[in-house]
Amino acid sequence: MAALCVEELLARAEQREAEPHRSVAVQKELELEFDLGNLLALDRNPPRAAGAQRESRLRSLARDNTQLLVAQLWGLPAGRAEGATGPLVAQLPEPFYRLPREKPLPRPRPPTRWEQFARLKGIRRRKRTSLVWDEAAKQWRRRWGYARAGGDPARDWLIEVPAGADPNEDQFAKRLRDKREKVARNEFNRLRNIARGALPGRGLHPTGHQSRAELGRATQVARVSTASLGRFQPRLPKEPAAPPPRGGKKRRFEPLLGDLAAERSRQLELLRGLGSKKPPLDLTRAVNKQLREEDAQAAAGKGKKRGQRGKRGRQRPGGGKGPAGGKGKKGGARRQQQRPAGRKRS
Amino acid sequence: MRPLTEEETRALFEKLAKYIGENIQLLVDRPDGSYCFRLHKDRVYYVSERILKVATSIPGDKLVALGTCFGKFTKTQKFRLHVTALDYLAPYAKGFGVAAKSTQDCRKVDPMAIVVFHQADVGEYVRHEETLT
Repeated sequence: MAALCVEELLARAEQREAEPHRSVAVQKELELEFDLGNLLALDRNPPRAAGAQRESRLRSLARDNTQLLVAQLWGLPAGRAEGATGPLVAQLPEPFYRLPREKPLPRPRPPTRWEQFARLKGIRRRKRTSLVWDEAAKQWRRRWGYARAGGDPARDWLIEVPAGADPNEDQFAKRLRDKREKVARNEFNRLRNIARGALPGRGLHPTGHQSRAELGRATQVARVSTASLGRFQPRLPKEPAAPPPRGGKKRRFEPLLGDLAAERSRQLELLRGLGSKKPPLDLTRAVNKQLREEDAQAAAGKGKKRGQRGKRGRQRPGGGKGPAGGKGKKGGARRQQQRPAGRKRS
Repeated sequence: MRPLTEEETRALFEKLAKYIGENIQLLVDRPDGSYCFRLHKDRVYYVSERILKVATSIPGDKLVALGTCFGKFTKTQKFRLHVTALDYLAPYAKGFGVAAKSTQDCRKVDPMAIVVFHQADVGEYVRHEETLT
C-alpha cells in the first residue's frame, strides 16, 4: 500500500516537473519560411483550429511556431554588445519583405524667393572654386571673407566719385549705407522664407515672439512627436489635462458587438434618469456657477483699479495671472478656465 | 450598422415611454434572451444577440433588415415609431383608445369635445375598481 502511494507521488511529481519544460523539438508537415530580418515566420500548414478546443489549439500552435522562430534566431551569428561582458546580440540578416510606408510622403516645401527667381530666369547653379588667383598679391586668395582677393572694399582709403554722382555726396557713408541695406534686405528675405515654410523650423516664429495660440500648437506638436504619440507624456503642474479624444473629422461610435451587458446597464441608467422627471444635480457645474457669480461681483467692485495689458511680451515676472490668494482654497472644485492676463497697476 | 448614441437612445426611450411607460426596462433587460437596439440606415431594429452576431457577416449595403424594426429616425433626428413594433409594445401598453375625430377635426374642435374613446376589455372595470370614479 505504502509503496503504491509513493509510486503515485513520484509519478505525479515527475509529471509536474516535465510540464513547464515541454519538448523543444516541433514537428510540422511543411517547413516554415523565415524572414529573420523582419522577425517573421510564415507557417503554410493548414490550421486545425476548430471546434471546442480552438483556444488551446491556437495557443499550442502559437507556441510551436514561436519555438521554431526562436530556434532560427539562435542559429544566427552573434556577438557581445558593449565589450566582453555585454549582452549577447544576434546579427539579423537583411529583411526580405519590404514593408510599405508607414506615414504619407512629406509635403513639398514652397520654394524660396531666390529659387523662384532662378527658375524664372533659368539660372542654374555653377560650381565655383573656393580660391581665386589674386594678381596683385600673386597668391591664391579666397573669393570672399578675410583677406579676400581684390582687397576688402570697406577698408579702401580712396573711393572715386562715379561719373554721374553728386560731387558733394559722401561716398564712404553711401557705401556703408548700401551695405547695411543689403544686409537688412537679405535678413528680411530669409525671415520671409522661413515664414512661408520654405526652410526647416517651419512651425516656429523666426524672431521668437510667438502668440499664445502658436505656442499652444507648438507644444501640442512637440507632445505628440514621441514614439508613443504623446500618450505617456507627463503634464506640467498647471497644464490643462488632455481633452478626451473626440474631434477630428470622423464621428466615433461604440463598437457594434461590444460589451452588451454594459450597454444594457447604461440604458437602464438612462431610463432611470428619464423616469425621475427631475434634472440630476451636476455638482461641478453648480460650484462653478457659484464661483463665476462671486468673481463677477468681485470684478465689478474692483473694475476701476484693474487694467488689461497686451498679451505679447509685456509680462512682468510673477505678474501673469490675477490675484490668486482668495481663489486658492476653492481651486479643487474649479474647472480649468483660461483667464486673460491681468495686472494690478501699482 | 451601429449601436445608438446617447441622444438617439434618449429619443427612442422617450417615444416608447409614451406607449409603455416604465416597462421599457422589460424590453431592455429580458429574462429569455439578450436583446439590443441597433441602428441601420436610420432605422432602429430590436434584435437578439444571436441574430446580431450572424448579421455582422452580411455587408452593410446588402443588409436590408434584421430583427424587428421599431421605427426610424427622420432627417431631423426625430424618432418615428412604426407599426412593426406593435407586437413588442402591446403586452406592456399603458392603455389604448380609439380616436373619435380625425386629426384635422381634433385641431378645430372646442376644448370640451371628446377626442378619444378609451375602449376597455371586459375585466377592466373589475381590475381598476378602486381607481375608476
